[in-house]
Amino acid sequence: MANEVVDQGRRRFLTATTAVVGGVGVVAAVVPFIKSWEPSARAKAAGAPVTVDISAIEAGQKVTFAWRSLPVFVVNRTKEQLAQLQGLEPRLLDPKSTDPDQQPKYAQNEARSIKPEWLVVIGLCTHLGCVPDFVPDIKPEPFDANWKGGFYCPCHKSRYDIAGRVFSGVPAPKNLPVPPYHFVDDTHIQIGVDPQEAG
Amino acid sequence: MAKAMERLGNWFTERAPGLMPLYRAHMTEYYAPKNFNLWYYFGSLAILVLVNQIVTGIFLTMNYKTSALEAFNSVEYIMRDVEWGWLIRYMHSTGASLFFVVVFLHMFRGIMYGSFKRPRELVWILGMLIFLVLMAEAFMGYVLPWGNMSFWGAKVIISLFGTIPYIGHSLVEWIMGDFLPADATLNRFFALHVIALPIVLLLLVVLHIAALHEVGSNNPDGVDVKHGPKGNRWDANAPADGIPFHPYYTVKDLVGVGFFLIIAAFIIFFAPTFGGWFLEHDNFTPANNLVTPSHIKPSWYFTPFYAILRMIPSFFGTAIWGVLGMFGAILLLALLPWIDRGEVRSVRYRGLGFRIALAVLVISFLALGLVGAGVTAEVIPEWFPHADVTTWENAFGRVMVLGYFGFFIFLWVYTHFGFEKTKPVPERVTTHD
Repeated sequence: MANEVVDQGRRRFLTATTAVVGGVGVVAAVVPFIKSWEPSARAKAAGAPVTVDISAIEAGQKVTFAWRSLPVFVVNRTKEQLAQLQGLEPRLLDPKSTDPDQQPKYAQNEARSIKPEWLVVIGLCTHLGCVPDFVPDIKPEPFDANWKGGFYCPCHKSRYDIAGRVFSGVPAPKNLPVPPYHFVDDTHIQIGVDPQEAG
Repeated sequence: MAKAMERLGNWFTERAPGLMPLYRAHMTEYYAPKNFNLWYYFGSLAILVLVNQIVTGIFLTMNYKTSALEAFNSVEYIMRDVEWGWLIRYMHSTGASLFFVVVFLHMFRGIMYGSFKRPRELVWILGMLIFLVLMAEAFMGYVLPWGNMSFWGAKVIISLFGTIPYIGHSLVEWIMGDFLPADATLNRFFALHVIALPIVLLLLVVLHIAALHEVGSNNPDGVDVKHGPKGNRWDANAPADGIPFHPYYTVKDLVGVGFFLIIAAFIIFFAPTFGGWFLEHDNFTPANNLVTPSHIKPSWYFTPFYAILRMIPSFFGTAIWGVLGMFGAILLLALLPWIDRGEVRSVRYRGLGFRIALAVLVISFLALGLVGAGVTAEVIPEWFPHADVTTWENAFGRVMVLGYFGFFIFLWVYTHFGFEKTKPVPERVTTHD
C-alpha cells in the first residue's frame, strides 16, 4: 500500500498496546519463577503437628522438641520461678503480653501458658533468630546482676524472663512466641494445634 | 612464519574489523596518567582475584554436593581425599577474603583521591553495585559448606528481611523455601552463587571498566590529564601526562601481582584459616538447627556493617532500625559523589577537615569491625574486670557508629557551606618532565 502519510496516533496506539500486552505476558511468566521459591509441598508436610511426652521433664528442667524444624522449649517451672514473674514487670518491654502475634489468646496471661507450670515457647530469639540459652537459676549472672531466671541469647545478649517475656533495653523487640499447642492428656502435649481445634 | 601470522591477522580483521580497535582503545592506546602510585594496584588485583575465584570455583563444583545431607561431607572429601582439593578450596576461601581486602583498599583510594567525583560518578556507582553483588556472592558462598556457622549466619542474615513490617515474615519463608534454612535454601544459594551472581558480577566489571575508560582515570593529584597539554611521544593528540596502559601499567601491575601472590601463597600454605578470621572454627562442625554457636558472627568483611546493625537498638516494637542503619551505611557510600560538594579531588590539596574526617572514617570502620567480630566483648572483661561488658561495648560501638555516619554529615556541611580551605591544585600532574 502506498501510504505517504504515517498515522502517528495509530502507531502510538499499536506501540502502547503491544507493550502492555507484552508486559502482562512477562509479569505472568515471572509468577511461576517467584512462586517456585515458596516452601514446597514436602516442606509444608514436614510442618505437621507433633505430639510429645512431657512426663519425664522434672521441675525446673527444660527440654527442646522440634516442630517444623523449629526448637520448641518446654519448661516445667518451679513455684519459686513462677513467683518471680510479678516483680519483674517494670524491667520488661511487654509484661502484659499485649502483642497478639506472639501468643494465642489462651496463653495471654502472666505465665504465658495454659497450665502455669508448663511453659511452651519457640526457642528462637525475636531479634535475629538465634537459640537463647536456658539460665534458670535465680542468682547474679555476668550479664545481669539481678537475674531472676530465664533465657539469655548468646548472639546479641537479649534477655527474657522465665515466661519468655523480653527485657527492656536489649536488641530483641518482642516476647518469645508461644506456638499453638494443647494438652492431649496430663503427660502429652500436641504442638501445632490449638485447644479448640482439637476440642 | 611471520607471513602466516600476518595472513591470519588479516583474516580476523576482515571478519571482525572492530577487534583490534577495541584492543587498542583499552590497552595500547588507553592513556592513563603517568603518576599512579601504590594505591593503583588494587583494581587490577581485584580482577586477578575474580579470575582466581571463577577458576577455583569451577573446580570445586566438580566435587561439591549441593544437598543439606551431603554438602558438609563433600567439602571434607575435597579437603582430604581429592588430589590437591585442599589447595583449590583454600585458594577459593582465601581468595574470598583477599577480594574484600583489595576492594576495601580500592574504595579507600577512590575516596582519598576523589575518584568518585564528577565526571566519574557512574564509575563509582557501578563499583558500589559490584560491592553489593560481591557481598551477596560471599554470603551465599559462605553458606555452601553447611557448617554450623554457615547455617546460623544464613539464619541471622535472612532474618534481617523479617524486620520489614507486614511482609517480613512471608518474605523470610520465601527466601528460605522452608521454615528454617534447609536443603531448599542451600540449593538456591548454590544456583545463585555459581551462575546468577557471577554473570551479573562479570557484566558489572565490564561496565565499570568501560565507564572508566570513557572518562579516563583519575590520579593521586586529582587533575584531569585529558584537560592538560596534548602530545606525548606516542600520539600528538593524546594527553602529554598520559602513558599507554599497555605495556607501562601492565608491567607495573605485574610487580604488584608478584607481591600479592607471595602474600596470598603464605596465607594459603601457612595460615589458611587466618586464626579463625578467614574460616571460622564453628564452621568445622556440621549445621545443627538446635544448637547455636556461642558467638554468631559473620565473616570479617561484614563485621563493620554487622556492628552497625547490632549497635542500633530496636524501638517502636521493631528491629528494623538496625537493618536500615546497616543498609544506609552502604547507601551513603554510593551517594558520596553528591554528598561531597568539594571541587578539589585529591586529599593532597584538600582542607585539614577532610583529612581528619577521612581518618575518623577509617578508624570507625575498623573499630566497628572489631565490635562486630566480638573482639571488644572479649577484651573489655580482660582489661576492665569489673566493668559491665554490654554497657561499655554499646557505648564504644555507638560512638564509632556516630563516627562512621558523622563522616558523611560533616563532609556535606563542610563542602556545601564552603568551610573547606583547599590548597592550590597544580595545572598538571606533579611528576611531569
